[in-house]
Amino acid sequence: MFQKKQKPKQEIPTSSLPDVIFLLLFFFMVTTVIKRDSGIPIITPAAYSTKKIEARRHLAYIWADDKGKISVDDAVIPLGKLSTLSNVFRDKLSNNNRLIVSMKVDKRANMGLITDLQEQLRDANAIRINYATRTKSSKQ
Amino acid sequence: MFVDQKKKRDVEIPTASTADIAFLLLIFFLVTTTMSTDKGIPMILPERGGEAKINPKNIAQLLINESGLVLFDGRQVEDMELKDLLVERVQERGVDTEGSPRLIISIKSDRATEYDRYITVLDIVKESGATKISIAEPDKD
Repeated sequence: MFQKKQKPKQEIPTSSLPDVIFLLLFFFMVTTVIKRDSGIPIITPAAYSTKKIEARRHLAYIWADDKGKISVDDAVIPLGKLSTLSNVFRDKLSNNNRLIVSMKVDKRANMGLITDLQEQLRDANAIRINYATRTKSSKQ
Repeated sequence: MFVDQKKKRDVEIPTASTADIAFLLLIFFLVTTTMSTDKGIPMILPERGGEAKINPKNIAQLLINESGLVLFDGRQVEDMELKDLLVERVQERGVDTEGSPRLIISIKSDRATEYDRYITVLDIVKESGATKISIAEPDKD
């Protein structure tokens, strides 16, 4: 009558644990983008209306600092050879017609440089651009 | 002479530590992962050659000079004032059939204007709710 109830087995099955972890591992391996910075150190301006760009795979970058040093694909382009930019971006556009050019420009640069870059992009018909900015905190 | 069949040895790779190894790798990738950090203000440049006729009432002119002063419709304005003026103007012109504001804001800057200043003004314009922004070419000097 007072027979002890048999205790049910209390164990979490761990045999599939490695598989689960591997799955997570592969997810992170695939999504990881190891940060690769181009050589030009710049400070981007801050703006409240900064938005996140979702279409990462369509992005191409132009780096430019306040001294007029321009870099595309890790190659520095001298100011005198600015007109070669339109050909570079025309090629890029033919490979990816949804190209967005992100302009990572130092905040101390002048608008003359920006305009010259934009004119080159218009020549290449790469009209979707983005001004790389930081998010401005509302406290400022 | 009978050759004894050798007893098969137990050949197994120890798998008990696989989970630990995978965990270690997982933590490494978790730490090094940077999710999309590309941020900015999206813009669309005007296409070459395409010129559209626009009702002049729907255009607001914004001029930024080399020292960063802003001229709005022929009057110099401060940043705080500018936002209110723009919001007012956007509402005054209303929305078109697609539901986006009719007002087009044309920003024109000097070649010597600082980029930071331009972004600040562009930010104010974006914050005011205007979606049609035109970047005018600075005059060549």
